[in-house]
Amino acid sequence: MTTLLRMSRQGGLLLAIALFVLFYGLYSYQHPRGGSADLIVQNANETFTLALVAMAQTVPVLLGGLDLSVGPLMTMVNCLASHLLTGSGWDLAFGIVLCLCAGLLAGFINGALVVYGRIQPIIATLATGAVLIGIALFLRPTPGGAVDSDLSWAATNTLFDVADTYGWWGGDLPGWFQAIQAIPVPIILIVLVVLLVWVPFKNSVTGRGCYAIGSSEQAAFMSGVAIDRSKLAAFTLAGLFAAIAGIYLALQTGSGNADMPMAGGYTLNSIAAVVIGGTSLFGGSGGAVASIIGVMVLRAISFCFRVVPEDSIVGFLANPLLQPLFEGIILLAAVSLGAARVFTVKNRLQLFG
Amino acid sequence: MQAYLRSIDRPILVACGFVILILAAGTAYTAVTQGTATFLSPTYLLQQLKVASFLGVVAAGMMLVILMGHIDLSVPWTVAASAMLATAVGGPEAIPVGLAIGALVGLFNGLGVAFLRVPSMIFTLGVNTVLRGLMVMLTGGFSPTTMATPPMQFLAKAELLGIPMAVFVWALLSLGIVFLLTRTPMGRYIYAIGNKEAAAYLSGVNTRLVILGAFTLCGLCSALAGILLSGYSSKAYQAMGDPYLLPAIAAVVIGGTNILGGQGRYAGTVVGTILIVLLQSVLSVMQMPEAGRQIIYGLVIILMLVLYGRGGRSAA
Repeated sequence: MTTLLRMSRQGGLLLAIALFVLFYGLYSYQHPRGGSADLIVQNANETFTLALVAMAQTVPVLLGGLDLSVGPLMTMVNCLASHLLTGSGWDLAFGIVLCLCAGLLAGFINGALVVYGRIQPIIATLATGAVLIGIALFLRPTPGGAVDSDLSWAATNTLFDVADTYGWWGGDLPGWFQAIQAIPVPIILIVLVVLLVWVPFKNSVTGRGCYAIGSSEQAAFMSGVAIDRSKLAAFTLAGLFAAIAGIYLALQTGSGNADMPMAGGYTLNSIAAVVIGGTSLFGGSGGAVASIIGVMVLRAISFCFRVVPEDSIVGFLANPLLQPLFEGIILLAAVSLGAARVFTVKNRLQLFG
Repeated sequence: MQAYLRSIDRPILVACGFVILILAAGTAYTAVTQGTATFLSPTYLLQQLKVASFLGVVAAGMMLVILMGHIDLSVPWTVAASAMLATAVGGPEAIPVGLAIGALVGLFNGLGVAFLRVPSMIFTLGVNTVLRGLMVMLTGGFSPTTMATPPMQFLAKAELLGIPMAVFVWALLSLGIVFLLTRTPMGRYIYAIGNKEAAAYLSGVNTRLVILGAFTLCGLCSALAGILLSGYSSKAYQAMGDPYLLPAIAAVVIGGTNILGGQGRYAGTVVGTILIVLLQSVLSVMQMPEAGRQIIYGLVIILMLVLYGRGGRSAA
């Protein structure tokens, strides 16, 4: 019974998983190289950046806020990384740490504006987003940059390529490594981020405080939750996730690009992914892992359009001019699914909750 | 009474102060570099008012929605779609068709928000994507070649008594919005919904109808802005509405409207619009690179909101 109850609460997430399995299954079935390691690596690469941006978006959404600066912050770190990710091993390590710190700092400033400046998150991050795009343009007036090609190759392929690039074990790979060598690096990275950053945060007092604030800030305050600390931590963590996304984009594209429409697109898609994952925009329920699944659904759908056979009855779906329309309709349909609630409530007052 | 007045007008006063500050800084700059006071000349100010009228029309509609605690992110492609379809239809029907498209989009937004109760932020975002998809499908991703009709160009470009027509359009619309907000039940209901929709509902207000109406009006305003814009540049083009979404929200908020709804005066939105347009113009005259412009733009919004000192601790 309790399992059933829990499952009904996770309805949004279960639906998202089902959608992903459906669409990615269709894609793999249609694609000539469906299920092959190369294709999975490619798809994982295309998913990673948005997945991290969506994770960044999730944390402020849990508070009942919204962070419009995740896309610009990702873009800013992307431009910063395109300057810093060159040179020897130590230079690279230092560059990555510096990029992460930049993200943490930007996130902290967002949090400070919300907590101490008492500005609504959506407006505060709208403004910091403009500032961050400005900094990105300052760092990279035109797209370009030199990113260490070894690191770039290693981060965007399978574990085997990592060992191969850096000559681990002198090319003589041990058996246990050969067993896992086909796993794409982005998948390992995202699992590491979830296990090392998100799960500890979620289970910490501060993290649980974020959920409490999202459910009811007054109740959280009365219960002695450190409201300010939780909010600051939430926005700072969002900054960290966005920074990882920015670094990865730099590794993936080998350059930095202060592209304003791209930044806006990432922000909007991150909100869509959060919603599809089943996280409530009113705060208090959901999580970053759900948002990753939301991103996987979004991406799987767009992958599907690539493999529609043109001579079949659904051939018109392959028309590239129609793609933006279908993406929009799917997004709209996905978010309207939550409307089912409207037709089940007995007392209309409950709608205003 | 005095304290009450001060609390209401503070954002507007601060915004007015900023407008004067921006003009003073710009004038000081031109006085030093060119020995002229371009920014104080009536021609320049009228030109800025004309540019501001496009943003002002969008911001007027946006304010109605924000006052209810909602937001309309479908503005960019509502502007573009109504402009594109209006120019495509052409002839005397151009303007009515454009406005009808905007009203239709607004009505659809309202249906989703009021009846399906999808959060406005996410529903209008979806509608924006669908509209973009529709326009890409219709135009093939290129700018339509059709020209804006003479009446559209007249509304945007002509001058009456030396004052641009677009400013008259903005002023008329403003009068209408002020009347709606302060003199009609609908206006009061909008504020009431922004404060607490459940309370408004229990008081007998048909809140769903009011939300529907406000979103429709916002769509109409976006369409009007699209018609003016395409008249101004003689044609409609892809993504023509994109630069208007965030400045419109910023103009409304800088003018002292609470982003959570229920509070704000229309005069503030007008001042906020003028502030943003002047800021953009002065920075571009100073030949500030895009990077610096974005940074200053963001910092000004943050600074002003911190100065207002609003938004209590309890609001997440």
